[in-house]
Amino acid sequence: MRDTTSILPLTVESLVFEVDGRRLIDGIDLHLERGATTVLLGPNGAGKSLLLRLCHGLLTPTAGRVRWALPEGRAAGVKRHTMVFQKPVMLRRSVFANLTHALAAAGLGYEARRARARAALERFRLADLADRPARVLSGGEQQRLAIARAWALDADVLFLDEPTSQLDPSATRAIEEMLRALKDEGRTLMMATHDLGQARRLADRVLFVHAGRIREDASAAAFFTAPATGKARAFLAGDLLD
Amino acid sequence: MDFAAIITAIADLLGGATPGFWPIVGLSLKVTLSAVTLAALIGLPLGALLGIARFPGRTAVVVLVNAMMGLPPVVAGLAIFLLLSRSGPLGPLGWLFSAKAMILAQTMLVLPIVVALTRQTIEDLWREYAEHLASLDLTGARAVPTLLWDARFSLVTALLAGFGRASAEVGAVLIVGGNIAGHTRTMTTAIALETSKGDLPLALGLGLILILLTLILNAVAFGAGRVGARHAR
Ligand SMILES: Nc1ncnc2c1ncn2[C@@H]1O[C@H](COP(=O)(O)OP(=O)(O)OP(=O)(O)O)[C@@H](O)[C@H]1O
Ligand SMILES: [Mg+2]
Repeated sequence: MRDTTSILPLTVESLVFEVDGRRLIDGIDLHLERGATTVLLGPNGAGKSLLLRLCHGLLTPTAGRVRWALPEGRAAGVKRHTMVFQKPVMLRRSVFANLTHALAAAGLGYEARRARARAALERFRLADLADRPARVLSGGEQQRLAIARAWALDADVLFLDEPTSQLDPSATRAIEEMLRALKDEGRTLMMATHDLGQARRLADRVLFVHAGRIREDASAAAFFTAPATGKARAFLAGDLLD
Repeated sequence: MDFAAIITAIADLLGGATPGFWPIVGLSLKVTLSAVTLAALIGLPLGALLGIARFPGRTAVVVLVNAMMGLPPVVAGLAIFLLLSRSGPLGPLGWLFSAKAMILAQTMLVLPIVVALTRQTIEDLWREYAEHLASLDLTGARAVPTLLWDARFSLVTALLAGFGRASAEVGAVLIVGGNIAGHTRTMTTAIALETSKGDLPLALGLGLILILLTLILNAVAFGAGRVGARHAR
């Protein structure tokens, strides 16, 4: 029986995105089921960030469509997908206020959002930083707050664009643990990364993107042991792609 | 003119020996602060919207607003005078030569400053926040409260610039207020009058007090901004 409260599956059909006649996303089809962690791999400029933004609805496709099981990915009027950016956007407010602001935008009342924000601080070990201005936090702490903010919004689907690219190994591990915990809660993750070790650690499924297309769509195990295309083999071997 | 005469004039002003001085200060502050408040209520949201909206002709509007920052006070005064004169469209209100007319004229001077500086500040902040706010469905006018709040310490500077312009100008209040003693005489119009009468010590005394008041207000606003900014970088 289909779960009528879930926004998944997500179906992307013949997605095209052009800027000034340049085809940056060149006909992508994609089906995203509930629960799995999907990692986007591919060289710089492949279109990974664009694909995430298109799926999240921040960009409007030139052609094709992004279709959720429920309209706009909303259940009972509440948006059930969210995005964590490579460089987290921190409002010029305290850590706590960064959380309550997002929750207020999602429609939570005063008491409800304060309770939820406190829960998020606890869960992501940010309680000691609650009253600090968010913009003086370290990069790792900021990214932790960004993920806490996404978790507080209780989204089913998280899009993550290179969430650890600016972090040191220990902060990266901390973020990865958080992501794994989110996955264990049944949330669906779609993440772009250049960290192949991270992809191996987290991915159930790999989408290999090159020049605006998905060149390979495989289980992580299959992709890393036996990539099907020459491009993916070269990418994994660290060769330059044309 | 000697230094002692200036000191005497200031002492007389502050001590109340010059009749009608404190009401002049009071009226000046009332007119200018009302104008800045009105301009803030209209100009902050308007400037923020202009900062984030994209529409054909936007560049022309931005240039126009920027140009209006240099609007000569006498021209603003003249425009309000025509509006409020007996045969003007707002003539029936009977506001000409009253504090209301002066507030209106100064609002017209301050508004472009508030709109232009707010637009610039919010546009920069929007560039940084746009994707996060769009992700939260805060697009268009729904983004304005967040942006204004997060830019509040920079926006104080815009309001101070507006206050500076209003408190310093004489042309607009003179034309629409008429410099009527005890009724529409402000510090700047009084200075103009005393100077033309040749009472330089009195004019200078008034001028120094005007500068002092402006300094105090700016210092208070700056201090408050510093304290606040420490908590919201
Ligand atoms: N708004 C835009 N206008 C024009 N070109 C764009 C725009 N956004 C992205 N591009 C181009 O689209 C291509 C794909 O960009 P995208 O950011 O999706 O790449 P990516 O796979 O995320 O790369 P990276 O690994 O470097 O993050 C790039 O060539 C980029 O220059
Ligand atoms: Mg990218």
